[in-house]
Amino acid sequence: MDRPNRYRILGKAIGESMNTYVNDFVVKIANVNGTGSASANGLLMKAIFRMGIPVAGKNFFPSNIQGLPTWYEIRVSHDGYRARSGKVNVMVAMNAQTYARDLAELDPGGCLLYDSTWSRDKQLARDDITLIGIPFARLVNATFSNIRARILLKNICYVGALAAFLNLDISVLENLLRETYANKPKLITDNLKAMEIGYQYASGHFDCPLPFRLERMNATAEYMMVDGNTLAALGCVYAGATVGAWYPITPSTSLMDAFKAFCERYRTHPDGKRRYCIIQAEDELAAIGMVLGASWNGARAFTPTSGPGLSLMNEFLGFGYYAEIPAVIFDVQRVGPSTGMPTRTQQADILLAAYASHGDTRHILLFPADPAECFYMAVSAFELAERLQTPVLVLSDLDIGMNDWMVPKLSWNEHDVPDRGKVYGFEQLRDLSEFHRYTDSDGDGIAYRTLPGTHSKGAYFTRGSGHNRDGAYTEDAAEYQEVLDRLQRKHDHAKTLVPAPIACRRSELKTGIVSLGSCDAAIREALDILARGGMELNYLRVRGFPFSREVDEFLEQHTRIFVVEQNRDAQLKSLLLLETGVDRSKLTSILHYGGIPIDSRCIVQSISEALREGEAA
Amino acid sequence: MSFMKKPEVSHSRLSHNSLGRTLREYEGSMSTLCAGCGHDSVTAALIQAFWELSIEPCQIVKMSGIGCSSKTPAYFVQEAHGINAVHGRMPSIATGAHAANRNLYYVGISGDGDSLSIGLGQFIHALRRNINMLYLIENNGVYGLTKGQFSASADVGSKAKKGEINQQPPIDPVTLALTLGGSFVARSFSGDKAQLVPLIKAGIMHNGFALLDVLSPCVTFNDHEDSTKSYAHTRQYDRPVVHADFIQPHQSISTDYANGEIIPVELHDGSTVLLSKVSNDYNPIDRAAAYQYLLDRQKRGEIVTGLLYINENQEEFHTVHRTTEEPLRDLPHVALCPGSAVLEEIQHLYR
Ligand SMILES: Cc1ncc(C[n+]2csc(CCOP(=O)(O)OP(=O)(O)O)c2C)c(N)n1
Ligand code: SF4
Ligand SMILES: [Mg+2]
Repeated sequence: MDRPNRYRILGKAIGESMNTYVNDFVVKIANVNGTGSASANGLLMKAIFRMGIPVAGKNFFPSNIQGLPTWYEIRVSHDGYRARSGKVNVMVAMNAQTYARDLAELDPGGCLLYDSTWSRDKQLARDDITLIGIPFARLVNATFSNIRARILLKNICYVGALAAFLNLDISVLENLLRETYANKPKLITDNLKAMEIGYQYASGHFDCPLPFRLERMNATAEYMMVDGNTLAALGCVYAGATVGAWYPITPSTSLMDAFKAFCERYRTHPDGKRRYCIIQAEDELAAIGMVLGASWNGARAFTPTSGPGLSLMNEFLGFGYYAEIPAVIFDVQRVGPSTGMPTRTQQADILLAAYASHGDTRHILLFPADPAECFYMAVSAFELAERLQTPVLVLSDLDIGMNDWMVPKLSWNEHDVPDRGKVYGFEQLRDLSEFHRYTDSDGDGIAYRTLPGTHSKGAYFTRGSGHNRDGAYTEDAAEYQEVLDRLQRKHDHAKTLVPAPIACRRSELKTGIVSLGSCDAAIREALDILARGGMELNYLRVRGFPFSREVDEFLEQHTRIFVVEQNRDAQLKSLLLLETGVDRSKLTSILHYGGIPIDSRCIVQSISEALREGEAA
Repeated sequence: MSFMKKPEVSHSRLSHNSLGRTLREYEGSMSTLCAGCGHDSVTAALIQAFWELSIEPCQIVKMSGIGCSSKTPAYFVQEAHGINAVHGRMPSIATGAHAANRNLYYVGISGDGDSLSIGLGQFIHALRRNINMLYLIENNGVYGLTKGQFSASADVGSKAKKGEINQQPPIDPVTLALTLGGSFVARSFSGDKAQLVPLIKAGIMHNGFALLDVLSPCVTFNDHEDSTKSYAHTRQYDRPVVHADFIQPHQSISTDYANGEIIPVELHDGSTVLLSKVSNDYNPIDRAAAYQYLLDRQKRGEIVTGLLYINENQEEFHTVHRTTEEPLRDLPHVALCPGSAVLEEIQHLYR
């Protein structure tokens, strides 16, 4: 096809290197929040996923409704790496406010797309990258008259241009748009038009595709693209949770939104009657109180929250621990201290969660690493809470909870009947001569409980004040200690019940990484990169607290251990030092706590430097 | 200062209710409160009310916060489950418990500190949600358990045991409940069993949140003439506006009252509360009028007692939430889990 007026853009920066990057690059889009860019970016990522190419998206958004900078980073990885690589190859700079830093962030050899409707500051040029100007605003304004449509469709216009530049299959995008707006035909027409304008301009004026390009693969068929809050909510539905209480807080809010949506669809009788009850509480103190009240009364109940909410829940968590009442809490961690950065991610509630509340209190923690684990751990959390009769906290984070991840499809065993723990029913109580609430009759530290309304013989008084093994009030030292010691035995018993850590290890290696949660994806990639550079390490991902035996063994069998986590204070390392016999001098922290999800590059750097220093010494 | 004593009850403790149970079977463990504490009289009235209503003890759920008042659920209906939450947070426990099982009788016992200071937020939100429960505040104007500090219901000018004078305006749970849309608002006095028992019964049977504020003098820290929560003051200034009697469905309506002075209010289960209008300008089904009446009397230093407002048609929590009739906690897993085929279907949404 003949294309007059075509500018060749591939100058020396890329053109001369001639390297092409097929299905292995990062596109970052800088925008202003409140302009509808989120859906355009999601569309882009989903289209890549539908081309069968592994992809991961990270949204860096402000705690604001409109007008502040926002970024979306799309990593395309034929090897299936799901973490941030730490690189940016293509920047779509749609926000004049952040133009300078967006330009600076590009890796050498990269491309920057900008809106050339307005001239850009020539001072900010870089000669190791390629600039591509497209007059997005002018193109869109010439086609659409409605102000709002112009703002929204500018985003779709850059998606169209990217399709040309990246070799994205336009028919996949079209299908996605048709599905998204299935009942709004006018929107389909407008969106397709906007996409077409961007695509035509790019392919008419520039050499397409860029060296950063996509080619169809078949690596995503058994996967889905979904966020952790959605799957945690789905886990609650599948576990049979009926009562959800919450107080809105980023980044946990979408968990309850999803639970509500699933329940409306799958738990509502045609006559409108609901087999669930969602209560928007007045605050998090009330939310956890409602969960404890409902669980005490035999329902599976949960609350999603984040740091500030967890802080408020402390007193009640201690009550739940001491009075032995199940509860499931999802802490979708965000950046602290205090209000911190609500829309950024961290793993900084580990210590708070482990010992939340005054007195000798300790809790069961689960650490999912991705959305799929949010589903399975939600189910386990209810099971553990009821079996152990105590609060269980699932420590997810904003990265897992709110970003779409590529995760393998879930499975559900129809024959799995949930274990509701030790609860005496009517017949058992009828046949029992006497019931005592806190007697350890099985020797595992777990006593039998009863539910209100079952049988008079099951009645007892639940209290957070000193009680003896019969459940009666006490201020007697020995009686009090007997109960406290049993609680410790119960907590120890939990080590055998929490999900076991996942290890990648070879026995001859003595250097290892210990980590948890959302660091996993970056660590897995870092391990491969390090191995290629001749540095091989073992890896253990902790999935529960109290730590199971495998954690102690791993710590014992390694002479040098890197503890990777996303907080300033090395909270996982502290917990390991407190709860295992590990020698402090073996542990080296790798900490990442700026609020952006950890990338593999920073782990590789820290470990290779540390190991080289070790060699030199 | 604590010694053991059983709450006093007037009926023969051995006569039987319609379940064949004696009053004694509705008692609890020994009270550890001070002798003469108003709270013990409230406990006695609760025992009487539950016995008279012939409610199966294990169908009752007793809940409280922290305080002398909050200890009392241990002292009635031994065969019922009880839960002593943390200070000021019983309403959230009650809300969750009630969400899980709508078929039990819930009674929450609280203090003025528990409900009007630390727990004010939870109290009014449970009231707004119209949780189906009797919420009884044993109001003595002080923190009994922490030894006599003023509570938020202490009157302006009232003197603490150590001589300090309160200068902050009190929070009155009754006027508060009226303005926040409470569906059942009543006040009584721990020493007035004849009024208290029917009010408790009506509150238990009310289909929604029944607030019963009971002036319950603390003999140790706040039973002096200056306190409006003292025995002496209450006896002198108590103005019962509405004399309430509670009638179960199978009983015929009492003819003791002259027609025109009696407003029968039918509760959801067909039972009836009879409201006898002592004062002709009082209308317990008109929220605004009730509010005005209370304020007028308050200005004169009078404490209005009785069933001050009732609305049986206000939708209670589960009606609003459209929850299924069967208690949520009794639903089997198959009724809750959509299963593997649906899981497959859901996953297509994320492709
Ligand atoms: C979080 C918390 N703060 C303080 C206390 C101490 N405390 C126990 S009871 C009480 C006041 C109780 O007053 P009220 O509810 O009026 O009950 P009363 O003893 O007067 O019946 C206080 C402040 C506590 N238990 N918990
Ligand atoms: S201190 Fe007051 S409220 Fe507490 S038991 Fe004694 S009299 Fe009752
Ligand atoms: Mg008090």
